[in-house]
Amino acid sequence: MIKRPKVCVVRTAGTNCDKETAFAFSKVGASSELVHINNLVKGKVALTDYQILVFSGGFSYGDDIASGKIFANELKCKLSEALKKFIQDGKIIIGICNGFQILVKSGLLPGNKELSQEASLIINDSGKFEDRWVYLKKNGKCIWTKNLSEIIYLPVAHGEGKFIVKDRKTLQSLKINKQIVFQYCNEKGELIGYPDNPNGSVENIAGISDSTGRILGLMPHPERHVSSQQHPRWSSSGKKFAGEGLAIFSNGVEHIKKHF
Amino acid sequence: MFYKIEVREKSGISDGSTKLTTNLERSRRIDAVGASVKSDILDFGIKTVKDVRFMQVYTIEGELPEEQIKIICEELLTDRVCQDYSINPVIQKPKKDEFILEVAYNPGVMDPVEKSTLKGISDLGIEGAESVKTARKYIIKGRLSTAQLKTISEKLLYNKLIQHIVKPSASEHKVDEGSDYQFNLAVVDLIGATDDKLLELSKKGQLFLNLTEMRTIKKYFKSLGRNPTDCELETVAQTWSEHCSHKTFRGKIKYTEKIKLTKTKLINNLLKSTIMKVTKELNKPWCVSVFKDNSGVIRFDELNNICFKVETHNHPSALEPFGGANTGIGGVIRDPLGTGLGAKPILNTDVFCFGPPDYPLSKLPVGSLHPKRVMKGVVSGVRDYGNKMGIPTVNGAILFHEKFVGNPLVYCGTAGIMPKDKSFKKTSVGDLVVVVGGRTGRDGIHGATFSSGELTHESETISSGAVQIGDPIQEKKMVDTILQARDKCLYSAITDCGAGGLSSAVGEMGAELGVKVDLDKVPLKYRGLTYMEIWISESQERMVLSVAPDKIDALLAVFESENVEAAVIGEFTDTFRLELYYKNDLVCNLDMDFLHEGLPKIVKEALYVQIKHREPKIKCAKNLSPILSRLLSQYDICSKESVIRRYDHEVQGGSVLKPLVGINNDGPSDASIVKPILNSSKGVIVSNGINFRYGFIDPYWMAAACIDEALRQIICVGGSLKQVAILDNFCWGNPDKPDRLGTLVRAAYGCYDAAKGFGTPFISGKDSLYNEYSEHGKSMAIPGTLLISAISVMDETDKAVSMYAKEPGDLVYIVGETKEELGGSHYYDLFGAIGNNLPKVNVKKAKSIFEALSRASQKRLIRAMHDCSEGGLAVTLAEMAFSGGLGMEVFLSEVPYSGENRDDFVLFAESTSRFIVEVQKNKRFEFERAMKGLSFGLIGCVNSKRDLIIHGLDGKTCIKNDINKLKEIWKEPLRW
Repeated sequence: MIKRPKVCVVRTAGTNCDKETAFAFSKVGASSELVHINNLVKGKVALTDYQILVFSGGFSYGDDIASGKIFANELKCKLSEALKKFIQDGKIIIGICNGFQILVKSGLLPGNKELSQEASLIINDSGKFEDRWVYLKKNGKCIWTKNLSEIIYLPVAHGEGKFIVKDRKTLQSLKINKQIVFQYCNEKGELIGYPDNPNGSVENIAGISDSTGRILGLMPHPERHVSSQQHPRWSSSGKKFAGEGLAIFSNGVEHIKKHF
Repeated sequence: MFYKIEVREKSGISDGSTKLTTNLERSRRIDAVGASVKSDILDFGIKTVKDVRFMQVYTIEGELPEEQIKIICEELLTDRVCQDYSINPVIQKPKKDEFILEVAYNPGVMDPVEKSTLKGISDLGIEGAESVKTARKYIIKGRLSTAQLKTISEKLLYNKLIQHIVKPSASEHKVDEGSDYQFNLAVVDLIGATDDKLLELSKKGQLFLNLTEMRTIKKYFKSLGRNPTDCELETVAQTWSEHCSHKTFRGKIKYTEKIKLTKTKLINNLLKSTIMKVTKELNKPWCVSVFKDNSGVIRFDELNNICFKVETHNHPSALEPFGGANTGIGGVIRDPLGTGLGAKPILNTDVFCFGPPDYPLSKLPVGSLHPKRVMKGVVSGVRDYGNKMGIPTVNGAILFHEKFVGNPLVYCGTAGIMPKDKSFKKTSVGDLVVVVGGRTGRDGIHGATFSSGELTHESETISSGAVQIGDPIQEKKMVDTILQARDKCLYSAITDCGAGGLSSAVGEMGAELGVKVDLDKVPLKYRGLTYMEIWISESQERMVLSVAPDKIDALLAVFESENVEAAVIGEFTDTFRLELYYKNDLVCNLDMDFLHEGLPKIVKEALYVQIKHREPKIKCAKNLSPILSRLLSQYDICSKESVIRRYDHEVQGGSVLKPLVGINNDGPSDASIVKPILNSSKGVIVSNGINFRYGFIDPYWMAAACIDEALRQIICVGGSLKQVAILDNFCWGNPDKPDRLGTLVRAAYGCYDAAKGFGTPFISGKDSLYNEYSEHGKSMAIPGTLLISAISVMDETDKAVSMYAKEPGDLVYIVGETKEELGGSHYYDLFGAIGNNLPKVNVKKAKSIFEALSRASQKRLIRAMHDCSEGGLAVTLAEMAFSGGLGMEVFLSEVPYSGENRDDFVLFAESTSRFIVEVQKNKRFEFERAMKGLSFGLIGCVNSKRDLIIHGLDGKTCIKNDINKLKEIWKEPLRW
């Protein structure tokens, strides 16, 4: 059994939530490293040395053309074999915000054999970047969400987070395979519109997994709620509690500990 | 070969049999860019527009077969889930009532998308793509006149300084990359020039030097027996510019003050006799580096220091709001990065002053952009750069006044953290000069001198070179790698290329030694730059390092590993000379001493005459609820939520107290708290104090009020005065005019007295003078505006206090004395008056109040605290109540007050040093004991009802408002 799972937080030009995401993993007993994509592409660092792969938030390559697009293209062109092996080995991947955009645009999510893109994350209906806290309803079957409350509270901060699918079939298969992991909702868990659904996502989808439940992508930022003081109203109670996003990271770490 | 590719949103699929499909289709069909342009057009009052469609256009040049272009389109440029593309589309004639506008960048303007698109193409394994240019195409439907179309395109869709409308012809595709530069040394005939000629040279060359200065330069070259090269003259002009040398603040001023008596004195160096004097006299042990480096440095903990700097970018933002603010924030981020051996940026602040967003289009001065456009552009510029850099924008303010229509103010600030042992720099003889980051282009030429003159209606054409757009990802890469190189100890000094470009950065680093630079070794964006353009270009995202020769290989390897360009361009020498070469030709050879010390000290005249304003005759209404509503909807007071949300204020994960707080996360926080080290209990508090209205009456008290406000906000969030450092930032009119300079001097004295009294040292500052807008010879100055930014270290962030009402039954106190101080208040402003009786800070009393309250926060006696500022007591109470979603009942008779007994005066006076504090019942006696000896009153309590009820001095209700209605009124005005 692996005592301290190794986390590879991939970064490139424009990655910017790498440090706090690595911090969140370290907090739950993993050993996190920040690895520049060039080192993976050039073979200076091998993915096989890690069990958890992370694509964190930011604006990779400026989100030029479209969010996550150039990074996704780079992964497909330069690292697809290594990624396929990583997944085949039963290892796990999480993509947060820009990371989710990268996973969707590289075809790793929802995921098919050809890695062709079946969904997308496009400009918010509001046309604006927005930073706000949202409630998320847990669904699906995903190793990252075990022991998570039914409704959790996390911030979003994005301009291109509206989840859409290629066609009706894709949406149905997401449902049938229980791949819809998080949906935007209100405090009571009702799926309603803006601002609770901050971007106009189809079926309020905030996060999805692949069919194995081992690859998770979500727009909200769990790493921004791993301690009580990050909650916008913590000063009302003054009590200390673990942030509601922390369990996502510990689920990943525990899964690796159990299976490797 | 050229390929033009258009990418557009997919049009609907005509299946639509079930509701689900319809929803799906609809969800895919929204063209968010088009929709937002449409709403902007409607905002301009052009109601005939029916629809706007947006298309992204790429022009790819290179020897590429069509199959490869197809791959590029499908794999890279198009999101096949929701977009279609067409290659070399046939130019179609617009249909009736349809207009097509394609906006492209002007040659030489950096296209931010080019580099990454080329990278994407190369990742696909496709070689041969040489260049990519992007354009934005809008299809506007609706019946529009030519004039309306012109308004839409010029006021909304493009800025001619950086963009143009593409004409539908093929020749437009040709991108002119310029030809090679043929060296030709230009010499300026200065020795033989008459005074008239000297002035003409200064004006034509945009040197912004006065006659005395020009004569001094002439004399210097006469003594050398030769004329200067153009490069030498430019270098002197830049080094001596107001922007770089702060000659007003550091020069001599003959100051005359006429209040009751007339006093005159000669001030030798205003900066040293006011701002810097505070710091020197207070001599705080935690001040690490003040007024020396690119930002001020104070101690954070045993191992780290923090630094803070606020800059302005007013003139560029007036001309091109997005680009101006974009490069403004980009520039100030490089200040902490260029401090010591480089600090990691941890937070941004931004403060803006604009013209009123509802300013009539017809009154707009020629050459000015509409305030709403300016505001939207500036906010987008800060959003784009700050968010992409991954730096949280946590604090700010936005103020409005007619006088900012032609000349808005854009203050951008950045704080950083660095290890204690990386806080100082040293350049040694023999070190190499390395330029790192972006390439050098023709952008931003004359920025430093341009900002040292007034704006005119011609500025947009003459100074267009000063306008740029930034490339945040370039800067992000640079920060990432510089910090790695710093930690590996690979360089010994660093500074940023800001205003003045290499000229200012290299000149400054080599000032104590001497430096030799080969200008032809500077990496260029395109061919054809002259040696002088290379030297003075203000291209963004560049830093200069001083590197020991034995470390150069290791240093270059760090940058190369993450695709950041770096080049050795020269070395530091022991000659005390600035020597510049272009391919072995000497183009500049200046004495460092003359360059840095030769600026003649000119005596400037300053005159301050206190103006008496009309005292308004206002009757106190019995029911003051409508007044409260009007105050809450004032642009200065109303919610800035829509702006705040556009900034990522939580990235880096250290957010402890956010700019938006309250039961629905929409209340206005006083200051923000950020933890720069995630597993430490320590935090950094930042706040801002600004109120130009008081300056209409007396800039001295304006300065004191700004300092009081910035510090008050630190106290409000649970901080203390123990370790607070402040920055001054003066935005003023033309200091060559005695009346402008008079108010500046008076404000500087206000800074000295208040900061000294509070015991808070200044650690850095900035002045932006010449903020005037002249139209056809008539000059309008902005109101002299002082921004005080404060930064403080908080030992335990879990003692943070927020501003919203917490629980029914809690007691509401006011701490601090309310006086009949309504001069410059928003209440008077509602009646079009200024008045004279402005808030005067009693620093000694204020300090006792601040200290008592921070002791009470330390003991956790305070549940909520909010400062009384613009709008006064009533606004503060309303904000606390509606942010907490709770009612409040308050009795004015319990407010410590001196002045005429009028409810409106008590409610709307803006006396400084006041706080509203919420205390739990069971802590009542302990809290009151802690406030012993101070002015305070138990004025009411929080309840679970939905009303804010205020009883007047006679006990009768003078305000009764539903809190949700008040909140709505407060949120509505800037909800864009």
